[in-house]
Amino acid sequence: MYAQLVETGAKRLKTLEEMSPEERAFQEKVDAEIKIEAKNWMPEGYRKTLVRQISQHAHSEVVGMLPEGNWVTRAPTLKRKLQLMAKIQDEAGHGLYLYSAMETLGADRDEEIEKLHQGKAKYSSIFNYPTLNWADMGAVGWLVDGAAIVNQVVLQRTSYGPYSRAMVRICKEESFHQRQGYQILLDLMRGGTDEQKAMVQDAINRLWWPSLMMFGPHDDESPNSQQSLAWKIKRKSNDELRQMFIDQTVPQLEFLGCTAPDPDLKWNEETGHYDFGEINWQEFYDVLKGNGPCNRERIRTRKKAIDEGAWVREAAVAYAKKQKQRTAAA
Amino acid sequence: MSEWRLYEVFVRSKHGLNHKHVGSVHAADAEMAMENARDLYTRRSEGVSIWVVPSDSITASASDEKEVLFDPSEDKVYRHASFYKLPDEVGHM
Repeated sequence: MYAQLVETGAKRLKTLEEMSPEERAFQEKVDAEIKIEAKNWMPEGYRKTLVRQISQHAHSEVVGMLPEGNWVTRAPTLKRKLQLMAKIQDEAGHGLYLYSAMETLGADRDEEIEKLHQGKAKYSSIFNYPTLNWADMGAVGWLVDGAAIVNQVVLQRTSYGPYSRAMVRICKEESFHQRQGYQILLDLMRGGTDEQKAMVQDAINRLWWPSLMMFGPHDDESPNSQQSLAWKIKRKSNDELRQMFIDQTVPQLEFLGCTAPDPDLKWNEETGHYDFGEINWQEFYDVLKGNGPCNRERIRTRKKAIDEGAWVREAAVAYAKKQKQRTAAA
Repeated sequence: MSEWRLYEVFVRSKHGLNHKHVGSVHAADAEMAMENARDLYTRRSEGVSIWVVPSDSITASASDEKEVLFDPSEDKVYRHASFYKLPDEVGHM
């Protein structure tokens, strides 16, 4: 999931009887699967939770460009370079769709970006891992975008209209990302040298667990997940989504001829799902707290991009003003 | 970037179809809004024409006006072709 651990402010779920008439009408609308739009009344907690979740999601798209940007100059062929640039441009676009959806809730884009830079807002833990070899571009597309798709397909049904519509648009574009990633790995496994094949397995070994962490911590009885599900901001629990991802990914892994770094991963005939080992949650929380391999570098790069681009934005405003004056004078 | 004006973007996906609202962009002026809209909403030949309109130029109906505006048309079934039953012999009309 691109948004992990979103605070809802709820201590426990209110019953319909405990709600104010407005809250009750709102909840009944959500229960009837009627989308909430920007101008509709909504509980303050719903609005705040959405701003947190959508901004986290948008920041993830934007920071997600960085591990891939690392390989634009190093991609092995012109074709791969073009594909990678197209994918990165998509991520920028996804960030923009999401920031727009967030703004419909009255949030300010610059303020939310400032929160990211100050370390107050999160982005997905996955982007704090480095991309060390070319096969990482394949593994990122296949596993990371694959995990994002599982999450985002479900979010197309989220209760807030602008968020849901952004998800529909994003999902349409996302499957290109996953397929191009898988194809990179397939090409290496089919036509590559032993060294290149080892590179693929190495990329999978490093990115497998962090990809599973993308779905967030285990579902517990925490009021946050319950509230998000009741408001239908979230539509499926973290564990359900993670299981869906594993079930669809393992056959693809086997087709590649690779293995997962998880000795407990095996098909369970009884449940009809794959069993898998326990995630290293200490690592997850460490990365989320800012202590992953690349956290500081990612934020530094983002800040630098904003600061060094300031003159471009200023020039654009000056140019627009001048054009306006000229049109008025003519 | 928030100080830049917000523009709503409408895209005509094919000749002969209406422009449809697809989202919004921030831009310093209309020309830049057009360029940003092109980059953001038509990367995969989704459109043959774009409109950009300053968001604050749009007057929208309020959600609490829904009944006042739209309920009057609900009980006027005679405005629909299906209200008029004709004998089968007349054929398709």
